[in-house]
Amino acid sequence: MSNTLSFTRNPQLNHQGELQHLLSIEGLPREIIERILDTAAPFTLVAEREVKKVPLLRGKSVFNLFFENSTRTRTTFEIAAKRLSADVINLNINTSSAAKGETLLDTVDNLAAMQADMFVVRHAASGAPYLIAQHLAASGRKHIHVVNAGDGRHAHPTQGLLDMYTIRHYKKDFSQLTVAIVGDILHSRVARSQIHGLTTLGVPEVRVIAPRTLLPTGVERMGVRVFTDMQEGLRGADVVMMLRLQNERMQGALLPSSQEYFKSYGLTPEKLALAKPDAIVMHPGPMNRGVEIDSSVADGSQAVILPQVSFGIAVRMAVMAMLGGGSQ
Amino acid sequence: MNLPDAEQLLTALTAQLKPTVNTNTALLGIHTGGVWLAERLHTNLQLSIPIGAMDVAFYRDDYHQRGLQGNTRSSHIPFAVDGANVIIVDDVLYTGRTIRAAMNELFDHGRPTSVQLAVLVDRGGRELPIRADYCAHTTSLPASQMLALERSDNGHLSLRVLEK
Repeated sequence: MSNTLSFTRNPQLNHQGELQHLLSIEGLPREIIERILDTAAPFTLVAEREVKKVPLLRGKSVFNLFFENSTRTRTTFEIAAKRLSADVINLNINTSSAAKGETLLDTVDNLAAMQADMFVVRHAASGAPYLIAQHLAASGRKHIHVVNAGDGRHAHPTQGLLDMYTIRHYKKDFSQLTVAIVGDILHSRVARSQIHGLTTLGVPEVRVIAPRTLLPTGVERMGVRVFTDMQEGLRGADVVMMLRLQNERMQGALLPSSQEYFKSYGLTPEKLALAKPDAIVMHPGPMNRGVEIDSSVADGSQAVILPQVSFGIAVRMAVMAMLGGGSQ
Repeated sequence: MNLPDAEQLLTALTAQLKPTVNTNTALLGIHTGGVWLAERLHTNLQLSIPIGAMDVAFYRDDYHQRGLQGNTRSSHIPFAVDGANVIIVDDVLYTGRTIRAAMNELFDHGRPTSVQLAVLVDRGGRELPIRADYCAHTTSLPASQMLALERSDNGHLSLRVLEK
């Protein structure tokens, strides 16, 4: 069956080449990424209206399946779905069925039997959203869509997309940019999604800045320049994307101490001065002030960290609106 | 079929609107042709309230069949909708579904005092109880044809029939 074939090629796209699931930025054609960013723009204005809602997903059920804790991402997905008029059901699986021993796919089958239209999935295991999408396709439930809200160290595509939206908003064009991603690249699904997004959109210079111990082996093969010296890596950057130091994912002695880390890799006004004067500073949140970013930079005029949050809702609305419509 | 000249129709539409518009009249153009017309009417009628522009994609009733089609532009309404006398402007009135969507969206921006509809051409084929208050030309086209307003680089408007 051609359907099975197209699944093995790219499970994210349907026969017509339209978005079927959002699992990863990797493998998304540039046109689809640009279409998501274009579609997000009019959604940013919906939030400024008297009625902050459009009726696109009226009568649809969106299930937030969070097998791993996340307040911010879950909340922004919830707001996005509600602004599209969907009914949103939040499930913290940590504290429910999984704890009682139910398998991932049994949970999915049960919720599908409750007429779910979309699953927003956060899971500690890389590939869990793929497994769900594959399971739904194999059982002929193509009308149910899956959005990856972060899987293990693998991908966090909506974060990557909202970062691309933010960069485009402030810099207009990707083709001349130097973008530096700083921090814990090793544990960061955000960094992977950012790198795939930036390279697909044609950013000529993507840099990663981190201590050797926080760089995945072979990161150069993703098309980035690697710097272990932050001063050197920031020179001439148009965009500085900070990452959170993921203490909860640190195993063993990867770092001497957070003070030591801040000295070498924390973004201070002095280090930021090495980037272009109009460089923007981004952070996916939650921030560790005094660990990866100095308070005066986080609250400074070059920071676009709070606009990122607002854009994130519009981008998630765009993704869900593109998934939720028919394509007959 | 002989297509009427869009510029002449615009002159006729301006004349129809002239007696009723006043300083409280707000024009709301529907992307894309309706916005072009609203811009021209705004100048012709020397209105003071800036025009609004609307893309009704988020309110269309065929979303569940067809999804979001093409690129959605931003709806931008620079005037307070509460208490406004709004005239929705579109190029071609056909099934009436676009106008329904526009009215639904408009009411999510506020409660206008009145809403009227001005179109360049009514091509028949209505599927909803909607009619134009101002219309420069009425014709009947088969469902296999699309009537489109086009604008040249120098701003000249013209009509074209496209086979679906």
